[in-house]
Amino acid sequence: MANADFAGREYPETTPYGVGREKLREFAVAVGATHPAHHDLVAARGVGYPDLVAPPTFAVVVAQRAESQYVQDPEAGIDFSRVVHADEKFVHHRPIVAGDELVTVLHVDSVTERAGIAMVTTRCEVAAVTAGDGREPVATVTSSLVIRGEDAR
Amino acid sequence: MSARPALAELAVGDVVGTRTIELDRAALVRYAGASGDLNPIHWDERFAAAVGLPGVIAHGMLTMGSVVGVVADWAGDPGAVVSYQTRFTKPVPVPPEGTAAVEVSAAVGAVDAEAGTVRVDLTVTHDGVKVLGRAQAVVRL
Repeated sequence: MANADFAGREYPETTPYGVGREKLREFAVAVGATHPAHHDLVAARGVGYPDLVAPPTFAVVVAQRAESQYVQDPEAGIDFSRVVHADEKFVHHRPIVAGDELVTVLHVDSVTERAGIAMVTTRCEVAAVTAGDGREPVATVTSSLVIRGEDAR
Repeated sequence: MSARPALAELAVGDVVGTRTIELDRAALVRYAGASGDLNPIHWDERFAAAVGLPGVIAHGMLTMGSVVGVVADWAGDPGAVVSYQTRFTKPVPVPPEGTAAVEVSAAVGAVDAEAGTVRVDLTVTHDGVKVLGRAQAVVRL
C-alpha cells in the first residue's frame, strides 16, 4: 500500500521543459481546442500573447512528468494497475505560452488510507525560468489518486 | 470568439454553452501521445478488463481537457481561464468501433464583480450519468 512516509516530501526542481509551438498545437488538437490562439501566431498576438497560448489543461503534461518521480518510485508503494484518478485542479498564475522553459517542484501533500483504500495528493508548483535565471510562478497543479487495495473493487 | 462577454450582463444560471464531444479510440491514442499518459487502460482492452474496468476508458484528463473548450470559446480567450478543477466520478468507456458521446452544459455559477471573475459550472454526462463532479472553471473577464 501507499507508503505514508512520503507525505510532506518535496522533490528537487525538475530539469526545464521547453514548451514548443508544435507541442501546443498537437495538445490542442488532442483536446479539440479550436481557438486560433492555440494554432495561429497572428491570432495569439492579437489576443495579447507573445506566442501561441496553451489550452487550460496543458500544464498536466509538465505536472505528470514531475509526478512520475513519486508514483513510479517502488518505495512509494503505488500499484498503478489499481490507481484511479480522483481529482485534478489547475490554478494558473499566468497562461503558458510557447517558448516557456518550465521547471516544477513536486510536493506530496498527503498520503492517507482508510478501509483498504489509499489516497495520495500531489501538488506541482510550475514556474518559468526568467532571463536572469529567476523563477516566475506559472501554475499550481493539484492531483489526487485513489489506490484500491487488494480486496477492494 | 471575438466579442468578450460582459461581466455586468451575466447572472447566475445563464447557460454559456453546450456541446457534444464524440470520443473514439483514435482520440484516446492521440491524447495518450500528446499528453505522455501511456496508461494501457486507455488503449489496451485486455489490460483494462484485467484490472476490473468495463473496457478501454477515456483519460479523465481528456474529458476534463475537452469540455473546457466550451468555456474558453465563450470567454474568447483560453488564457482567461485562471483556475479549473474537477472530480472524476465515473469512467467513460470508449467502444472499439464508433464513439462515446460526452455531453457538456456550462452555466454561470457565481459572479465576483470585485475580482472581475465568473465561475462557470460544467455539467458533464455520458449516457445520462455524470462523469465529472464539481467541474468548475473560474474565468477572468
